[in-house]
Amino acid sequence: MPISRLLQPVPLVGGLVFLGLALVPVIAGLLGEPYYLSLVGRFLVYAIAASALNLILGYGGLVSLGHALFMGLGVYGVAIASHYGLDSGLLHLALGLAACALIGLLTGAVSLRTTGIGFIMITLAFSQMGYYLFVSLRAYGGDDGMPIVYTSRFGGLDLGNPASLYWVAFVLLVALTCWSARLRTSPFGMVLRGAARNAQRVEALGLPVFRYRLVGYVLSAMICGVAGLLLANLSAYASPSTLVWNVSGELIVMVVLGGMGTVFGPVLGAVLFLSLEELLKAYTDHWMAGLGLAITLMALLGHGGLVGLLSRLRPRPAAPVPVQMEGGQP
Amino acid sequence: MTNLVIAQLLNGLQYGVLLFLLAAGLTLVFGIMNFINLAHGALYMVGAYLAATVYNHTGHFLLALLAAVAGCVVLGAALERLTIARLYRRDHLDHVLATFGMVLLFNEVARMIWGSQPYFTSVPESLSGTVDILGISYPAYRFAIILIGLAVAVASYWLIHRTRLGMLIRAGSVNPAMVSALGVNIGLLNALLFALGAGLAGLAGAVVGPIVSVQSGMGDSVLITTLVVIVIGGIGSVRGAFYAALIVGVADTLGRIFLPLLLREVLSRQVADAAGPALASMFVYLLMAVVLAFRPQGLFPAKVG
Repeated sequence: MPISRLLQPVPLVGGLVFLGLALVPVIAGLLGEPYYLSLVGRFLVYAIAASALNLILGYGGLVSLGHALFMGLGVYGVAIASHYGLDSGLLHLALGLAACALIGLLTGAVSLRTTGIGFIMITLAFSQMGYYLFVSLRAYGGDDGMPIVYTSRFGGLDLGNPASLYWVAFVLLVALTCWSARLRTSPFGMVLRGAARNAQRVEALGLPVFRYRLVGYVLSAMICGVAGLLLANLSAYASPSTLVWNVSGELIVMVVLGGMGTVFGPVLGAVLFLSLEELLKAYTDHWMAGLGLAITLMALLGHGGLVGLLSRLRPRPAAPVPVQMEGGQP
Repeated sequence: MTNLVIAQLLNGLQYGVLLFLLAAGLTLVFGIMNFINLAHGALYMVGAYLAATVYNHTGHFLLALLAAVAGCVVLGAALERLTIARLYRRDHLDHVLATFGMVLLFNEVARMIWGSQPYFTSVPESLSGTVDILGISYPAYRFAIILIGLAVAVASYWLIHRTRLGMLIRAGSVNPAMVSALGVNIGLLNALLFALGAGLAGLAGAVVGPIVSVQSGMGDSVLITTLVVIVIGGIGSVRGAFYAALIVGVADTLGRIFLPLLLREVLSRQVADAAGPALASMFVYLLMAVVLAFRPQGLFPAKVG
């Protein structure tokens, strides 16, 4: 019964959010406020990056505190090509994807040998290395970063135009979400998710967990690179601050806020987190304090994120069952 | 050239003991409670601000150090009881999130109180001169930092190897469940360690205040270097933290000075000048990645058995 499934809270809210995102260019056009396009465009870009992180963090259960590295590689793929006057979008994309695949393969092969704290630390270390690399590359702007003059052109499509960028990002996000939903229940996704619960058992079934995780990590890195490419075109500027560790932290917050390992979670989380940020920014200069407090409280209060909250709203079909407190502390 | 090497070695040593002050407390909380505390750098920042403020208002350096340490001990204990103690049983992701939120909060609160411009303070009069060691004259204040760091290292060695509390700490870092089963209140032990670690972080911030710019976010990059130290040294090992802090401190300092010079010998000047600083700043992270990949337990792990 597909209709009734679509009316469940999670797909319903997810669908409404996508509908709202699709209406943004129309509303921005009606209001004559093109600024909204780049504002919400940024939401879309981060939603793509958060969905990418969700592959490894949500499905794979591996806390990567270094995904800003791959966004940064995507950004600098555009910036460095633009520095030499090259505006071919395919070239920008190829550079970013190749860098993310190569660096993802190398760092993944090393970091996935560790788990738990070790994995968090080593991914953080690799992204710091990337940060310091770009800070010290004076030819490409160093600490200050550099403007991107030649934005990505795919034939007649110029991503430097906010409206084109918005629609490309929107279509990519929809495609990514559909793919991510299929991946979740595919054999590959099941191995990743199973290994997050109990890697030994999956290994005992004869499935090489390390290789599955490595493929997941590289895929996640490459999609983050695409988000980087979009971000570069959106802000027309490349700066090492994209690779700073706070960005990796924020991506994790988005995934957890929305709901780890769920399909819509990262999208909802990114939209909610960035809206909260914008709201606080409008209200006070010290918005970071409110944001920090909110993140700490979220971590203290518990799990499941927004999608978890929504799925608890689902009416139970069977006889009334007494509500049980889950994981409550005495 | 020898003078330069000696001066840089001393600078590396000074950076190393500073990292040790930060790493000592963090590694124990890591080891016993398996807890990742990203907010440790924020305590270092708070210590720096407190000491700078007290020194600028009273002119007493020792009072400033004391205020920073006491303030951070109290703040650390409060943080531990209010939030962190509730997170020990959760997974690492919650640790990262909760303490990441704290980092943002503390950085912003510091900006609200002290403004976003760097806050300046000066080296105390009595330590503003230089001392002659190994044939070079070296700033007395930096030398004092080395002495303070070494004194803390000796004191923590004594605490850990010669006292009952130290025995519990050592036992706790090897097998916390067993220590708890033997009737030791391991939660309290960890709260104590956390507060102690916070105090040391505050001390580190306080002594470094006059030689760096005290500003919001100053703890972030130091924190990450401290995490590198802990991983290289072996999580839960104070001895490891000490050696690794010195290795990282000296390697980083010497690398920044000599790597570009060395590269000039083999590469063209232009390439060397571009690649040298990049390689130097990545060097300690590379070291950590190599250690994690080939010796995940660290170079000097806490002794088991």
